[in-house]
Amino acid sequence: MNVLMIIRIAFRALARNKSRAALTMLGIIIGVSAVIVMVSIGQGASATVQSQIESMGTNLLFVSAGAQNVGGVRGGAGDSNTGSPLTVEDLEAVKREVPSVSLVSPVVNSRAQLVAGNQNWSTQVQGVSDQFPEIRKWAVQSGGFFTDADVRTAARVVVIGQTIADNLFPGQDAVGQTLRVSNMPFRVVGVMARKGQDPQGRDQDDAAFAPYTSVQKKLLGNTRVQVAYVSAVSQDATYTAQTQIAELLRQRHKLAPGAADDFTVRNMSDVAEAANQTNSTMTVLLGCIAGVSLLVGGIGIMNIMLVSVTERTREIGIRMAIGARSSAVRTQFLIESIVLSLTGGATGIVLGVVASVTVPLLLGWPTLVSTASIVGSVLFSAAVGIFFGYYPARKAAGLDPIEALRYE
Amino acid sequence: MQTAFEVGTFDNGAHKVVLTPAAEAPEVIRLEGIHKTYSMGDVEVHALRGVTLGIREGEFVAIMGASGSGKSTTMNIIGCLDSPTRGHYELDGEDVSGLSKDERADIRLRKLGFVFQGFNLLSRTSALENVELPMLYAGVEPAERHRRATEALHAVGLAGREQNHPNQLSGGQQQRVAIARALVNDPKLILADEPTGALDSRTSVEVMDIFQRLNRERGITLVLVTHEPDIAAYADRVVVFKDGRIQKDYRVTAPRDAAEELRNLPAVEDDEVEEEA
Ligand SMILES: Nc1ncnc2c1ncn2[C@@H]1O[C@H](COP(=O)(O)OP(=O)(O)O)[C@@H](O)[C@H]1O
Ligand SMILES: [Mg+2]
Repeated sequence: MNVLMIIRIAFRALARNKSRAALTMLGIIIGVSAVIVMVSIGQGASATVQSQIESMGTNLLFVSAGAQNVGGVRGGAGDSNTGSPLTVEDLEAVKREVPSVSLVSPVVNSRAQLVAGNQNWSTQVQGVSDQFPEIRKWAVQSGGFFTDADVRTAARVVVIGQTIADNLFPGQDAVGQTLRVSNMPFRVVGVMARKGQDPQGRDQDDAAFAPYTSVQKKLLGNTRVQVAYVSAVSQDATYTAQTQIAELLRQRHKLAPGAADDFTVRNMSDVAEAANQTNSTMTVLLGCIAGVSLLVGGIGIMNIMLVSVTERTREIGIRMAIGARSSAVRTQFLIESIVLSLTGGATGIVLGVVASVTVPLLLGWPTLVSTASIVGSVLFSAAVGIFFGYYPARKAAGLDPIEALRYE
Repeated sequence: MQTAFEVGTFDNGAHKVVLTPAAEAPEVIRLEGIHKTYSMGDVEVHALRGVTLGIREGEFVAIMGASGSGKSTTMNIIGCLDSPTRGHYELDGEDVSGLSKDERADIRLRKLGFVFQGFNLLSRTSALENVELPMLYAGVEPAERHRRATEALHAVGLAGREQNHPNQLSGGQQQRVAIARALVNDPKLILADEPTGALDSRTSVEVMDIFQRLNRERGITLVLVTHEPDIAAYADRVVVFKDGRIQKDYRVTAPRDAAEELRNLPAVEDDEVEEEA
């Protein structure tokens, strides 16, 4: 009695009732395609975050006022109660004295109303230094960025993002125009290149950049610095830069040994890791939901196989009377169940991959089909077939041929 | 129990029958003091109460008896579908009374063929594939399987019906497919439990004609259960059961000849039979 022959018998038996076989597979098909799609959406999101983070520059560091905000990506919003422990002088010292640092830009944010003619627009005005475009690897599309001289003199100049240019100066060249920021006239010196959405889905082009000195004096009326962008000389130097900046700031803030930092220095890998963690939690969660539907699919197979064994009692009796051993009958039903779950799994993979390719076109979500989810689905469907097919198969093999032949 | 055999005379016209006198051929079946007791809760049903029976190679035996007399139980034991509670059973010289389930399955596969009242063909499966089924379990090569199945269907007069499914065949044709299936592994013995029970009288004669030809031309041993004396009259020997024991066992002096009867019946086209069915 060879297995190949029993496989042939199982295939013939399945072919006798194709529509039932298809229905039985439905649960597994849905389960597997759900796993593939869910995981690929999760992976796609995570890959997008990674690439966006990388596009911000891998040698980028964040220095922020206040202690580490555990687990948060955007922590360190400033310690306004004790006064800002991070000053412009601190940052100038960082730029001057830390050899592994090449560029520094303080960041001070202020929400403001921008008015040009009869158009107005509420946005975030970011006060930065003239080195901002280089640090963030963000080019200026037309005009130019403001200069170091503009920073020193706190000039009323502004560089706007594409979204603002489109809304305040539709169909015109924004460069050289004047707009009012909180009722103060600022001259537009440049328009940034289009950047698109950030990992959190915010429009990065909806921003205006002015010298941080101007924002501090004209808009905020204080000299606090909340955050600063720092560029290390190279990607390899980011960790060195991180420690050196921390040492310098502790020294400048006169922190006793053992006292906690009153600032935070983070590099992009930390940020990427935090973002990744959020994403993989989501992937696991989606994968679990999909896995449950796979389990339900497996129970569906067992259910139909049990019904099938009962319905085909006479067939089983015939096979046994003719001379089929119990083991041959058991193997036949087990193989039928495995064939069902594997064929269902394969169909599910095809559908899942097709859906994963379609989702970005229809919904605009990025997806990334992972080999692991395909291999996992194949193994899981085979396991489902064996696990949920075993009990019905054993039931079939245990039938008494005389009783089975008498069954109506 | 009657043990004295009357030796039949065979005068079968067209069939040039050369038959070894049954009494001289070796025994295929030897049942010795067979008991079968079913326990149903605290009630014991004695289906067989000491059956001793020998059937020689090439015999055509009809088993008769009232309902509940133990005919099917005997057939199940002869067919190795069931084991006796007590007693010995030798099939083709081999003691099979104490065999395991798998060993009995192997015996059924190699030595026995079954024909049932309800045909018991696999539905949605062509006649050819139904006949191929025992050979699948016997591990016969595909080409050989196909050749032998086609040949068996030919032998029962179903050439050209290979691809028909059971629901496209009349009752008589389905029973012929079942006979072809029983035949195809070249068994020692074909067992038929009320094979004509679901057939009309003409079709019954056709089926009996096939059985008689298999018996006479190929020397296949046949054991057939029937409650119709008309059908038993085609056999060479009749064994009558009563209350789990053999009541009578006798040779038929002049068995009916199905082929002869068919020649005298008005001809019916095969296709018309199918339409009636
Ligand atoms: N599986 C069984 N369980 C209990 N009693 C049975 C079983 N099979 C047969 N019997 C009983 O054994 C007796 C003989 O049955 P059976 O051989 O089927 O008779 P026949 O075929 O001659 O009508 C009957 O009384 C029947 O009720
Ligand atoms: Mg019966």
